[in-house]
Amino acid sequence: MHNKSIAELSQGLASGDFSSIELTRAYLERIETHNAGLNALISVTAEEAMAAAQLADQTRQAGNAGPLTGVPLVYKDIFCTDGVKTSCGSKILDNFIAPYDATVVAKCKTAGMPMLGKANMDEFAMGSSNETSFYGPVKNPWDTETVPGGSSGGSAALVAARLTPIATGTDTGGSIRQPAALCGITGLKPTYGRVSRYGMVAFASSLDQAGPMARSAEDAAWLLNVMAGFDEHDSTSVEREVPDYTAHLNTDLQGLKIGLPKEYFGEGLDAEVGRVVDAAIRQYQQMGAELMEISLPNSHLSVPTYYVVAPAECSSNLSRFDGVRFGYRCEDPQDLEDLYKRSRGEGFGAEVKRRIMIGTYALSAGYYDAYYLKAQQLRQLISDDFKRAFEKVDVIMGPTAPDVAFKLGAKASDPVSMYLSDIYTIATNLAGLPGMSIPAGFVAGNKGDMPVGLQIIGNYFDESRLLNVAHQFQLSTNWHQRVPEGFE
Amino acid sequence: MNWEVVIGLEIHAQLATKSKIFSGASTAYGAEPNTQACAVDLGLPGVLPVLNKEAVRMAARFGLAIGANVARRSVFARKNYFYPDLPKGYQISQMALPIVEAGRLEIELEDGSSKIIGITRAHLEEDAGKSMHGDFHGMTGVDLNRAGTPLLEIVSEPDMRSAKEAVAYMKKIHSLVQYLEICDGNMQEGSFRCDANVSVRPVGQEEYGTRAELKNINSFRFVEKAIDIEVERQIDLIEAGGKVVQETRLYDSDKNETRSMRSKEEANDYRYFPDPDLLPVVIEESFLTEVKSTLPELPDEKRQRFVQELFLSNYDAGVLTASRELADYFELVTEVAGGEAKLAANWVAGDLMGALNKAGQEIAESPVSAEMLGGMIKRIQDNTISGKIAKEVFDAMWQGEGDADTVIAARGLKQITDTSAIEPIIDNIIANNPGQVEQYRSGKDKLFGFFVGQVMKATQGKANPQQVNELLRQKLSG
Repeated sequence: MHNKSIAELSQGLASGDFSSIELTRAYLERIETHNAGLNALISVTAEEAMAAAQLADQTRQAGNAGPLTGVPLVYKDIFCTDGVKTSCGSKILDNFIAPYDATVVAKCKTAGMPMLGKANMDEFAMGSSNETSFYGPVKNPWDTETVPGGSSGGSAALVAARLTPIATGTDTGGSIRQPAALCGITGLKPTYGRVSRYGMVAFASSLDQAGPMARSAEDAAWLLNVMAGFDEHDSTSVEREVPDYTAHLNTDLQGLKIGLPKEYFGEGLDAEVGRVVDAAIRQYQQMGAELMEISLPNSHLSVPTYYVVAPAECSSNLSRFDGVRFGYRCEDPQDLEDLYKRSRGEGFGAEVKRRIMIGTYALSAGYYDAYYLKAQQLRQLISDDFKRAFEKVDVIMGPTAPDVAFKLGAKASDPVSMYLSDIYTIATNLAGLPGMSIPAGFVAGNKGDMPVGLQIIGNYFDESRLLNVAHQFQLSTNWHQRVPEGFE
Repeated sequence: MNWEVVIGLEIHAQLATKSKIFSGASTAYGAEPNTQACAVDLGLPGVLPVLNKEAVRMAARFGLAIGANVARRSVFARKNYFYPDLPKGYQISQMALPIVEAGRLEIELEDGSSKIIGITRAHLEEDAGKSMHGDFHGMTGVDLNRAGTPLLEIVSEPDMRSAKEAVAYMKKIHSLVQYLEICDGNMQEGSFRCDANVSVRPVGQEEYGTRAELKNINSFRFVEKAIDIEVERQIDLIEAGGKVVQETRLYDSDKNETRSMRSKEEANDYRYFPDPDLLPVVIEESFLTEVKSTLPELPDEKRQRFVQELFLSNYDAGVLTASRELADYFELVTEVAGGEAKLAANWVAGDLMGALNKAGQEIAESPVSAEMLGGMIKRIQDNTISGKIAKEVFDAMWQGEGDADTVIAARGLKQITDTSAIEPIIDNIIANNPGQVEQYRSGKDKLFGFFVGQVMKATQGKANPQQVNELLRQKLSG
């Protein structure tokens, strides 16, 4: 059952081959067996899952089932879930139980999807390896001595190891796509504003976007159908009709114009990874697509721009974690200042503190113009690069990450090299564009083959085309169907 | 040395929206602590603000009323600082691009002259909660009911030159926001409060002196006292060879002194930046046109109309338009009294205001309604009662004895207009005062008043004065 696609699960539930209770129990059992070795879940919500499965089966019996009714999923632990702990991977929220559902969660509930649990993640989504989590690092199922990527590393590892049919992730600078690449799965970061941010613990508000993490583009399309849409609780969500993302999966790619930014294939890209990505792109050529070299001349500004904008916003977003109303509070505060200093000092991890300090500095009187304002101007230049590119091409392709999964601890003490893991993904967040990562092939690692991701970037609200382009590749390749050893 | 005082005010007016500026929670005052704070007001992880359009409309009304530029595009920014009653660790406000810019307001000074006060800007922001230092066993309680209540912060130019001017300006804004129905103006509940920036400079000096900011003053009286005492402090300090430092000071009304809260060096760096959770506020021309069409008659327009069309004195018109409620009351009295504007003005600005002041009541609480007062004036007009008797009727109405007709009937105050009833009384008085009659007839005209008084005394003031005059004149001459 755990190797079935979403469409197959939907079909199986509809035809009565199995119930949601059976399906959900099967996944809970797999979690029970395999999660300990991966540390991919912060909470397992077996009781809630079984109750929701029962409800889903009743809904189906009553004839009111939708396509995903009864299909279970996992949420990244950044989505607030009514009555269930939402930690965001942080000690400061270890005791936090939200009294409300995030809009994405509410939509999935309405669609009848039982929640298996809440996935481990980098603390407050700040990290590219899942090592900043208060709950310890997630292990990559392809090689448990390596990282799964981050920050949605738990979601990626669970999908790769077949411990959930599908999961939600969030992506601020690559947090869906980079772990998807490193774990060999399909991840989609939609256009900024496509999915409501309400109820997602904010990291960098102008960059955060939720999306599906799945085994295939087709699966991702099914979940995006549920997640996407305008939300009156999120002023930055866009009032725009949601298409059926499964509708155009089968359009052929004859004449598709693919832009290959020369900046994405230069120095810093691992040679083996580059070879796999090239091969995938040639595959597209064989499928009838046209390749064009393009330039995104301001690419080199993405990482520095991001590391001003994101920390600035996070320094303000994380001010609410002050030990006053919810979350961690230090023992015996002597006065208000002591309460603030120790609650935050003890509650936040090192990477989060580093970014709060960078952001606070960047917004300080006398530095605002030089950093934050300048970064906003650069952001415009980066967006303009893409705008020009999309006048000529339909999609842009390149590597998702410069390397395959690295060893746990390898970059933990070197923030700059860690930040460069997102060098190819950050620009799309700065521009607000949709981007995907799909399995492109494998390279030999220490223990066995390690997956490589191909990134596909689309124009605004062009998720349907991205999914189509990804799906066509997956029809003619089977990289996405490989399962890590021990999780078959 | 002669000193010139320079004052600018920052007025915070709570906007009278039903729900908060960024959430659906109620803004009603006085509920149990934290019962009107929803997830958004509590700053729970994941929540997002959604702008209340009504607050924008109210800000636009204000902008149009002061002849300001209502920005076609304004931007919310975050003002970052830590405080327990500020749940998110930042206040959503407006900084670089406020919704209202460059307005003006004319104030009337005591000598009858007037002066234009510039209004630099007015911006939208959310109010904070309240910290309560009462019964919490050495800890502080936090009530977030007020958190997220919409505020319009109205910032004046440093155009005022005395505490009295500052009070006149504050009163004018207070009246205006109520006219516009955008603020209830309740100062006890903190719906309308102000910070005063005060500095002094030698007369003739061009550059401003160093200012102190007096925080959170919530009555007209305290504004005047706080400014006066602060001016005195600054002048004393400078004359003693000291220097005013830029700082925030608190006015203590019990001790009538200001004291330092924090200096400029200790001031927060608020790290303002545009709030990424909110889109810029874009105002279309059509929206402004629509708002303009719903603006009420403003105090200055109303005052002018009262002078030109109702022939009131400038002074009376000023008094009667000081608040919209009073003006509405007056206009209703006039209408009920059949257009007797001058008489109505005398009664409203005179006896009624006097009674209200004495009782410490607001016009809305008046036991004599506009209909009742208008009804009484009608009875003066149709000679049912005299102006003098009317005072008794007014007092009786104030005491709750019913409307004018009820009081007149119950107390038998109907004016005597029947000549055949007045004549015998006059005859009787003439007969009983032969000495006075003789003196009068021999040219002592002043004695006429004596006879009028006697008649009124005999009729308990009910005889129609004109008739009494006429009849007396006839009979005395004869």
